[in-house]
Amino acid sequence: MKLIVAIVRPEKLSDVLEALFHADVRGLTISRVQGHGGEIEHVENYRGTSVKMALAEKVRIEIGVSNHFVQPTVDIILSAARTGEVGDGKIMVLPIEKIYRIRTGESDQDAVTPVPPVE
Amino acid sequence: MNNADIAWMLVSTALVLLMTPALAFFYGGLVRSKNALNTMMMSFVALGPVAVVWALLGYSLAFAPGNAVVGSLNYAGLRGVGLEAQGAIPHLLFMCFQGTFAIITPALISGAVVERMRFNAYLAFITLWVLVVYAPVAHWVWGGGFLASMGALDFAGGAVVHVNAASAALVAALVVGPRKDYGRHAILPHNVPFAMLGAGLLWFGWFGFNAGSALSAGTTAALAFANTLLAPAAGYISPASAIAMGAIGAFPSYFALIYRAKTKLDDSLDVVAAHGLVGGHPGQVLTQMASVVIVLAYSGGMTFVLLKVLSLVMPLRIGDRHEGLGLDVTDHGEEAYTHGDGAILVKPKQSAIAHAAVDVVAVQDGGQL
Repeated sequence: MKLIVAIVRPEKLSDVLEALFHADVRGLTISRVQGHGGEIEHVENYRGTSVKMALAEKVRIEIGVSNHFVQPTVDIILSAARTGEVGDGKIMVLPIEKIYRIRTGESDQDAVTPVPPVE
Repeated sequence: MNNADIAWMLVSTALVLLMTPALAFFYGGLVRSKNALNTMMMSFVALGPVAVVWALLGYSLAFAPGNAVVGSLNYAGLRGVGLEAQGAIPHLLFMCFQGTFAIITPALISGAVVERMRFNAYLAFITLWVLVVYAPVAHWVWGGGFLASMGALDFAGGAVVHVNAASAALVAALVVGPRKDYGRHAILPHNVPFAMLGAGLLWFGWFGFNAGSALSAGTTAALAFANTLLAPAAGYISPASAIAMGAIGAFPSYFALIYRAKTKLDDSLDVVAAHGLVGGHPGQVLTQMASVVIVLAYSGGMTFVLLKVLSLVMPLRIGDRHEGLGLDVTDHGEEAYTHGDGAILVKPKQSAIAHAAVDVVAVQDGGQL
């Protein structure tokens, strides 16, 4: 079991989600975040004041996956989130100590297997 | 001239002027937040260059006595446009009232090209369009041109404003091309209450647009007023017919919108469905149809030529990467919804440096340049 944390461009989120859902990776959480990834800041002007925007809008995706899903998930994000420009983001794979599915109380591997769609 | 007419037309002119910022809210609410400021400016900015070229040249081409196709240059730079009577009101006021129509018409077109057309190219386009397309068409219908001689009726801009804008919008959407996400991803409005605020203000301004088109404070204005309340019809039909026309007129618009969503045509805010497929005057259908077809063809053709010529001088649309970022940042350097987090003040003497590509230093040095 791993926790995959990916930071991607907001405009790439739809592409990433579509690709993940297509590959049956359906349990995930996203949050809107801001960060700096080495890209050149753009300059904005407000009422005569120039500012450099050091933080860019990003989306953080968190996915708990079973072991054999780790590499496919990473590969999907790598290809779907990429534009080739600085600022495309990062993918981090972290170990997980325990996972529980709240609805059933299942834990670990059982807790991250895809749930068949309910009729 | 009497003061009642003048008073009503002063109010009407201000009401129509309000429709352009109202359109900014209407369109601005319908786009994604990263393009909100840009989209609102596309409407709002028409108040600048269009108003200026209208006063300098456009008004003369539309309303100065000329031939059947275009007006003369007699009123260029507002020469001879003073406080003497033009109909029931001072000539200068008539020019202003007509100016508010000339301003909102190109702003309407922007809805077809939002979220990807470059702001500079758009500015150049609407400025030229008012002179090359709007002014002659206004002359044909209202300035004593050949459509007026044919007996075509256009009380409040059905042909001059709506058909004209819709045709230009269709062509502009085709020439500029669809947004990169169109048909691939869901593109949702970012602020529906804004769109409703804009719609409400547009309706309010419409009382000036339609009832003001009587060009006096008489009973025709009252009729147009009532019809504006009941349907977007104006001064030539009865209120009962207006209800019927409103009911019937909404259908083609609605179905055109549903159909457009299934096609590759990215008329982003459905300008064509809204302005191209409503209206019509029962009773003299053939003359009206002829004038609509002529305006459609001319506006569409000239819009195509204008955009193609402009594209030789400047790119019409932004690159894919900028389209992803949104035009607020790329074309305006200002965001509609900025939070200020991570904004580093650039001191005035250093602002030249800040535009250079080596700004990463700022972050490594704790935000100090």
